[in-house]
This record gives sequence, C-alpha cells and structure tokens, in this order.
Amino acid sequence: MTLLEINNLTVRYPTRFGEFTAIEAIDLNISEGEIHGLVGESGAGKSTIGAVVMGLLESPGYIASGNVNMLGTDLTTLNPTDYHKLRGNQLGMIFQDPQTSLNPLFTIADQLITTIQQHNEVSENSAREQAIALLDEVGIDDAEGRIDDFPHQFSGGMRQRVVIALVLCTNPKLIVADEPTTALDVSIQKRILVLLKDLARQRGVGILLITHDIGVIAEICDRVTVLRQGKVVEVGPTTNVIAQPTHEYTIGLMAAIPLIGKRLERFQNIIAEEAPSDDNTQWHVSGASAEYAEHWLHENYTLLQNQQQAVASANSDQAILVVNDLEVRYPPENPGWFRKNLGYQALSDIDFELNRGEVLGVVGESGSGKSTLAKAIVGLVDYTRGSISSNGIVLEPGSQRSRKHEARRRLQMIFQDPYSSLNNRRTVEQILAEPLKFYSLVDSRADRRKLLASVLQLVEMPQQALRKYPHQFSGGQRQRIAIARSLLCLPDLLICDEPTSALDVSIQAHVLNLLKDLQDEFNMAILFISHNLAVVRQMADRVVVLKDGEVVEQGDSDVFFTAPSAEYSKLLLRETPSLSILN
Amino acid sequence: MISYVARRLLQSVFVMLAVSLIAFTLFRFVGDPIAQMVGQETSLEDQARLRSEMGLNDPLITQYGRFVKNLATGEFGFSYRTRQPIGEMILSRLPATLELGFVSLLISLLLGIPAGIYTALNKDGFISNSILVATLVGVSVPTFVIGIFLIYLFGVTLGWLPTFGRGEVVEIGWWKTNLLTLDGWRSLILPALTLGVYQVTLTMRLIRSEMLEVLRTDYIKFAVARGIDYRTVHYRHALKNTMVPVITIIGLQFGGIIAFSIVTESVFQWPGMGLLFLDSIRYVDIPVMSVYLVLIALIFVVINLMVDLLYAVIDPRVRLKG
Amino acid sequence: MLSRLKRATVENELLYLFLRKPLAQLALFVATMLIAGAFLANWIAPTNPYDLTSFDLLDSLIPPAWTETGDARFILGTDDQGRDLLSAILYGARLSLLVGLTSIAFASVLGVSVGITAGYLGGRFDAIVMRIADIQLSLPAILTALLIDGVARGLFPGAMHDELMIVVLTVAIGLSLWVNFARTARASTFVEKNKEYVQAAEIMGQHPLRIMLVQILPNILGPIMVILAIDLAVAILLEATLSFLGVGVPANQPSLGTLIRIGTEYLFSGEWWIVIFPSLTLIVLIVSVNILGDFLRDALNPRLR
Repeated sequence: MTLLEINNLTVRYPTRFGEFTAIEAIDLNISEGEIHGLVGESGAGKSTIGAVVMGLLESPGYIASGNVNMLGTDLTTLNPTDYHKLRGNQLGMIFQDPQTSLNPLFTIADQLITTIQQHNEVSENSAREQAIALLDEVGIDDAEGRIDDFPHQFSGGMRQRVVIALVLCTNPKLIVADEPTTALDVSIQKRILVLLKDLARQRGVGILLITHDIGVIAEICDRVTVLRQGKVVEVGPTTNVIAQPTHEYTIGLMAAIPLIGKRLERFQNIIAEEAPSDDNTQWHVSGASAEYAEHWLHENYTLLQNQQQAVASANSDQAILVVNDLEVRYPPENPGWFRKNLGYQALSDIDFELNRGEVLGVVGESGSGKSTLAKAIVGLVDYTRGSISSNGIVLEPGSQRSRKHEARRRLQMIFQDPYSSLNNRRTVEQILAEPLKFYSLVDSRADRRKLLASVLQLVEMPQQALRKYPHQFSGGQRQRIAIARSLLCLPDLLICDEPTSALDVSIQAHVLNLLKDLQDEFNMAILFISHNLAVVRQMADRVVVLKDGEVVEQGDSDVFFTAPSAEYSKLLLRETPSLSILN
Repeated sequence: MISYVARRLLQSVFVMLAVSLIAFTLFRFVGDPIAQMVGQETSLEDQARLRSEMGLNDPLITQYGRFVKNLATGEFGFSYRTRQPIGEMILSRLPATLELGFVSLLISLLLGIPAGIYTALNKDGFISNSILVATLVGVSVPTFVIGIFLIYLFGVTLGWLPTFGRGEVVEIGWWKTNLLTLDGWRSLILPALTLGVYQVTLTMRLIRSEMLEVLRTDYIKFAVARGIDYRTVHYRHALKNTMVPVITIIGLQFGGIIAFSIVTESVFQWPGMGLLFLDSIRYVDIPVMSVYLVLIALIFVVINLMVDLLYAVIDPRVRLKG
Repeated sequence: MLSRLKRATVENELLYLFLRKPLAQLALFVATMLIAGAFLANWIAPTNPYDLTSFDLLDSLIPPAWTETGDARFILGTDDQGRDLLSAILYGARLSLLVGLTSIAFASVLGVSVGITAGYLGGRFDAIVMRIADIQLSLPAILTALLIDGVARGLFPGAMHDELMIVVLTVAIGLSLWVNFARTARASTFVEKNKEYVQAAEIMGQHPLRIMLVQILPNILGPIMVILAIDLAVAILLEATLSFLGVGVPANQPSLGTLIRIGTEYLFSGEWWIVIFPSLTLIVLIVSVNILGDFLRDALNPRLR
C-alpha cells in the first residue's frame, strides 16, 4: 500500500539573486516496508525533500506548488499544530551526525521516556521498560545497564543506534533518514544499514533514505530516485537504475563510481561541470597554453634533477621516501601532576618505502593515523622516534626541520578540504605565484603570469580564473587550483590526503583522472591517503593498511584487493559496499 | 571531578598571587611610602630608621612575602589620607556595596532572563524587536546619565524618592543593612535601578544569542522531529543547554556590577567601597587602592570558583570526565 | 547552489544587507554627521570654549535661545562659566572621539598583534599571555582604567599630570580594552591556523611572520571589525565615565563627560540644559556606533541571521 505520495512538488527560496528553485516538479512515492533511496550530488535538493516531508522546511524556503499525501492526508495543507502531532507518531527522522543529534545534558533514558510519554499515555515505568526493549532491539548491549548513561558515554555507531531507538519509540510509519551513515566508518556503516533494513522488513516502516553514496543505495534500497539540480532524472528498482541506467546523467554518474573490484585506467563519460558564470571579458594572457606549462615543467624537472645529481650523485638512486620505525606521540593535553602522562601515541613502528613514479595507497578508518603520517612527513607534526628520509637526505621532525630545507619544495601536499586549502583573501594568481616567487623559479612578472595561465589550462581551468578569488569556484575547481599550486613547486612526491572525499563522485572521477595524467606525464611519486578503498584501488600500485597507528599489512595493490592476508584487511574489504551489480 | 576542582582551586591561587604582586608593586613603587607617611619636618635619620623598621630595606622577595602574609591575615595597613586602618574602612563600607550589587543583580536576572528567552523564541515578533531596540539604547546610555535622569525625574521633579545616601540603616553586628527599613529600601531603589539597567540589557542579549544558538542545534531539531511538545523542547531542553554558558557570564557580571557600582555610588553619594576607591584615586591613596584591588580580585575568584562548580553539576561531560 | 550563494563576497553581501537595514543607514548617517561636526569644530563652532578670554561670566547660565530668557547668541544656552554650550559640545565631542579613536587604535594594534602571535605560536607564550588576559578580563574595563589612572597620578604628580592627562587617559582606556581584541584575534587565528591553506604555507617553509601577516590577518579581519565597532562605543563610554568621575580629561578642556558633571551641580536648581544637551549628544553618538557594531556582528556572523 502506498504510504507517501509526492506530486509535482516545487520548493523555492527567495535570495538576493532572485528566486532560487531548490526542487522542481518532483514526483515520488513510497510503500509500506519500502526503503526508497534518494540519491544525488550536492545541490540536487535531496535534503529539501526530506525537510518538506517532515514539515521542517526552513524559512525563507516555501512550497511553490504540489502536494505531499500521506495515508490520504495532504500534509502541505496541515496547520503547524496538527503537523507537529504527526511528527513522532507517523513521521520520524534520522539526522546525519549522531554526535550532535542527542542532547548532551540529558540521559538516554530521559530522552527516550519523554518521547514515549509524549505520544502514549503510559506510566514512567512502562515507558522505561519499552525504552530498554527498544535499545535491545537496535543492538545496544546491556541496555538496562546503559540506559541511564549520557550520550557522550557512547561511541559514534552506538549513538546512531540510540538515535534510531528514539525514532522508533513512537512507531512512526515513515522514517526520513538524511545521510544516516555518512559520519560513520565503513565497518559501522554496514551494521547500521542492516539494522535499518531489518526494521523496514519487520515493522513495515517506509524509509526515505537520502544519500550521496550509491554504495549505500545498492546495499539496502528497494527503489531509487536519482536527482540532479532539483529535478528527477531517473526512477526505478535499484538494480535497474544502477546496472542499466538509461539517462545520460545516470550513465555518467555510474561510470564515475570507483569500484573496489576493478581498476580503471581512466574514468569514462565524465559529466562536465557547469562553468562558473563568467565575466564576459575576453581577458587572456598571450602565449599561454597547456603545452607551454607542460614544456616548462619538463624542462625544469630535468634541470633540477641534474642539479641534484651533481650535488649528491650517490643519493640519486635512493627511494623518494623512506620511513623507518616511525613513531608519533602527541603531547598530553593536561600534563598530570601525579602520574606520568606520556600522551597519545598516534603512530608506531611504521616502515615503508616509496620509489620514483610509484603510487602508494594508505588506507585505514578514522583514528588510524593516516593524516598524522602525512603531517609527519611534510613536517607539520613532530615525530618522536625513527626516521624519515628522501633521496637519502634526512627529514628532521617538523620543528627542527629548516625552513630552507631542500626537500620542502620536493614534497607537496594536496589537502582534503578544497574550501579551506586556498586562502580566500588572495586571488588565484597570488596563490599560484607564491611557489614561483618563494623558490625563485620564475622572476619576471610577465613570465610568471604566462606560466600561471598556462598551468591553469593544464589542469583544465580557464585562464580567466587568475583574476578571481577561490570562493568563486566549486569544490572540484578549487581542488584543481590546489593541484596546480603543488605542480608549480615541481614536486618529486605528492602527498594526497583524502583529496577527493569532500567532492561529489562525478567531480572525484575528474580529479582522479587529472592526478593519474599528471603522474604519468611527470613521473611523480604519490602517497595517496584515503578511507575509501575503491578510490585507492584506482590509484595505488602498492597499499599500506593502518589500524590504530600501526601497519597491519602492506604489499602489492592487486594482491591486497584480491587476496588480503591480515584479518583486519579482510574485514575492511568485506564491509565496503561492493556494488557488484555494477560489474 | 576531584581533579577538576583541584585544578580550578590551584588556578585561583595563582590568580590571587598575580594580583597581589601587582598590588605589591603599586604599593612599593608608586610614590615613596615613607614620604607619604611622615610629615615634611621629619629628619632624614628618622625617615631612614622608619624605613628599616618597616622592612623596606629587606630583599624584595621578603617584602612581597610579608605583604602576602599580611593580606592573608587581614593586616591591610593604614590609609595615607585618613591614617585609619584600611581593614576597618573597607569593612564599614562593604555591606553597602554588596547590598546594592546584590539587589541590582537580582533585578537584572529577574528581568533579563525572561526577556532573553522571549526574544529568542519569538525571533521576529514586533515585541521582540521593540525590546531589542530598547536594549540597544540600554547598553548605550552611560550609567551616570541614567542615574542623573532618574534623580531628576523621581527626586527633583516628582520628589518621590531620596537621591543620595543609604537612608535609615539597621546594624546587625558590624553589618549595617538597608534591607530592614522602608527608608532603606526607598533609598536603594534608584541606585539599584541605575546599576541594573545596563546589566538587564546585557543578560537579555546574552541569553537571547545563546538560546538562538541552541535552537539551531541538531538535537533540538531532532526533538522537534520526534514531535515533542514545543513547550518541553524550549523550556526543558533548550533552556538547560542555554544556561550552561550563561552561568559563566552571570558570574562575570557580578564583577561588572561591583565595578560599575563605583559610578553609581558616585552619582548617589552611596557610602560604599566604590566611593572609597574613587577617593583613594583622587588623593593617590596607594595602600587603599592596592587593598581594594586585591579584595575585588578575591570576590571575582570566589565567584568564578562557584561558577565552575555549578558548571560541573549541570554538565555531565565535565562531571563525568574528572 | 545555496552554499555557493553563501560564499559570495563578504563585501558585496555587507552592502546588500546594509541597504536593507534602514536603522543601520540612519546610524551611519548620524554618526558621520556627529563625527564631521566634531572634527570641524574649529570652523563651525560659534566660539572657542578653550579660550578663556572669549567668554564672559556675565553670560553664565543662560538658557537655550528658544526659551523666554534665552539669548540668540547662545543657541543651546551657556554653562556656569558663560561658555556657549553648543561650542562646548562640539569641542567636547571632538575630544571624546579623539580619545575614543586613539585608544581603540592603540588597543586594537596591541591586542591583534598579541592575539595573532599567541594563537599562531601557541605553547608557553600563548599560555602566559592568555593568563594575563584572563586576569585582566576578570577586572572590568572601568576598574582597570581607573587603576591605571590612579597609578599615573602617583607617578606624575601635579602639573605634569595635567599635561599628560589625555595621554594617560588614552593609554588607560586602550590598556583596559586590548584583551577583547587579543582574545578575538587569538580565537580566530586558532581556527585559521588549522585550515589547510596555512598548512600549505608552512610546508613551503614560509616565515611565520609572513604567514601571520599575509595569510592569516586578512582572514580574521571580519570578527576584529566587529570588536572594533563595539569597543569604540565602550571606549567613548569609558572616557565619558572617567571624565564624569573627575579623573579624566582636565577641566579646562571639557569633554562631554566633564560637561555633564558640571551640569549635575546645576540640575537641582533647574538649569537642566547643561546636563541634557551633552547627555543627548553622548547617547546619540554611542547608540549609533552600537547600532553599526550590531549590524556588523549580525552581518558577519551568518548563524545569527
């Protein structure tokens, strides 16, 4: 039986640039016990639909047309008081981040009992019993003992279970789950998804699952709606939409998804990103071209390599990066007065090598020490034992490393968050010119500008970008500017710390392609850090697996992905959504 | 929890030591204590003898140690101006200031908290906006101007209320109180209002912005999405979360009240510590200044310590971490 | 799309919001007029209130021109010395603004440089500086200013003090307000420091001074602007309060606070204008600065909108 039916729904926001249409003429329906996936990249309007269903659309957004029918009532016609009565009773919502969805000042018991008593007239004792039974159902061990704990005493995955118990305790018929597993590690994500699936089956609850992650959709959704820029692109049973997409956008989207089981040389059918609304001036730098940038880079790479060989000929055949017995220990936040506090050990006994032209993948869940490793290498964090060297030259711990250290130029880093990796108060030209000036690579202003315009074209950006500020670009474009900046340092080793995890899949594919091309062209070594195994599969020649600051396994990428040896690696591979239907 | 309290206590001791160091520096190096104490006609030999008798030739660290020890045992020394023991001077004026401060704190909380909650919950209402504009004027009008206007209106024009002094007081031991006579209360109204206006607006604005912040959090949105009564969400959940940071500020506010009582006391000739301090500045009465400084710091430290403890009681994250 | 809107330039957004806030526009207009009036006092004031020869005791305590006993020469009346009140207010406002602006400039430069350094370097320097700031913060600004003023009286006795009074006042107010700037700058620096563009500069090996000035400073100007506006109002208020208490500017160069203090003595005998007009000027000045500060704070903090 149809539970929810959305017809021709349009939501608009008045903004200072005029009316902005968040979603346009959306149709969608969900039956009892169905898990309906709502998937799309950022700006697709997924969350807006969830908010409309819950009646929690934030002003100044408004429903311009259409209706939302639930069990015969048009929700859009309800007054706020009646709508509020539906929430909890008929409608429930799971938020993205379990760390922030529970009130830190109240016990779990308190929050559960208040909610139960809000909707049913039961005594406190029986509400408490119900609450314990629910916690048990969602998989909290020792529910009776833990019910009086405060939220901060639960881990992230457990908190999300508590959140689900809170949603269930009033028996809603429809649950809106907005990115319910995005903030969780893969191994926990899988268990939460299984829990949601069981609930839908056993209780007959309809679930509207909003996510950007096709893997999540493939895992548990019965049907899926694909959105793009506020419009429905494709609807249908999950297997059909994912395995045999018909719309051009969906085809591109599916092709852009990295698969853990298959290594692609390049992603095909890249969805072109909308060009930024350009100022229509025909501003350009004469003589600038991608070829010029390529030429300059090659020439200078050779020049610098010859210099290096002349200085230290014995070292030239050494590995680009050798990490030996590395330990990083963070100093304690509150040094104890009474007992000796050694601080937190983020990494220990790390050994690996990285050779010219090689891509080494570093994988691990949050807290495994991946980012600490990157920071220790580039000198942002001090290591406390062991050694790091590059081309046979020692790289001291960050605070002892000279600012003029020769290796600083050769080690460059691409960061995770393209919104914070570029200084918003400087123009792209100023940002890109920094390495050229700092390392005295190009001295004349005109030459610099020509090179910068060229290098932008090399990373497939318009040269007009030089005159703009970073905030005028999308995440993917910024990431390409960041890559251009690193490239201008003429690095031997590029350290990429989750370079695509803040990006949409289609843009991720674009950036990964670019990285692959540049790596081929200039024979750089790359240390590629990611929590996403499927992405690492596409990039890495060899893989290092980290868990709790230690190396669990390292070896050839193909071997790791097909026949991992460590138990933990097997677990990681098993829990990652395989998307086997895409093969 | 115990180590949390211990840490706070230790910090407080450090603060007090730092402040007493400043006070000592003031006392010892601003002007010459001996020259202030004796007349022009005292011979140089007598001055020198006095100097060594008072220990002013000892190493500085010894002098500082003695200074701290004297403070700790209530030996505050003598005023340059009145030659009276400072301890007595302050003790006789302390009740006036504390009663004034306490009543205006009460006014500011009783008016400020409800107004803050109301304006946060009815964010764009007409009344809220009017209150907000009014508070903008409230923070902008200097305390002394408010006092003068109140005097002009209620004292001069209407003649309803006294405009200076404490009126009739009752002595309980050394503590002279306003709060037990009608005349005392009548005298207290205008100064307390004057002092309270600024604090009301401050409290209100603070509660409002904190509460708006809390109302935007996921856990409040989640509570709404579970269909919990708006009243419960606002007054039970959101209010408790709002109070956590607000407690700190209210603690600090009492400090503000003590400081601004200097101005109020001056406008209303209220015989409290503020007036004493003002006189000590006018007449460069360094010992009184430095003792006043230490005393004010002590009041602040004690209030902050209480606030920190209250914090731990309300917030389980502090309480359970230790 | 919405997030892209949010990323639109701060400058343009500020202008956009400003054009929709009539109150802020009015405040800017009034503040500009007052400031212009104050700084053009030399040319637009009818008389020079600092010049003792230009007024006559015979003219003392004349009420405003529109009252029955008013005198057309003195639009707002005269004070006890026979000074033209309008001139005294213009000159007084000039002095108040001068002290306010200078002390804020002093406080902001000191506070921001200390704050950025503490926030960026962290460690022991940060711990010490912030401990000092905490202690000072527990003493309200007016107390600090009074103390510094008192110390200055002890150090520079008599006539020397009178000459230095305005400087002492400025330093006292500046020193009592630097903490706000330091804390804001430090907190913002802390946020910026962990952003990746700063790390990128560190990896390159840029000099810490360059990172603080070129990379971080431009990014923390927003919150500092807000403190600047709010504390300008506080500084003007402090100066007025200190002058009112009689420990501020010297009596022969009355600021608004001094005029009000003089006026109070005549309030009971019915000469209300000496208090009312300087008070109104002061209130209007502070209110308009505060409105602008509030506007800036709300505009630069999107969460409050």
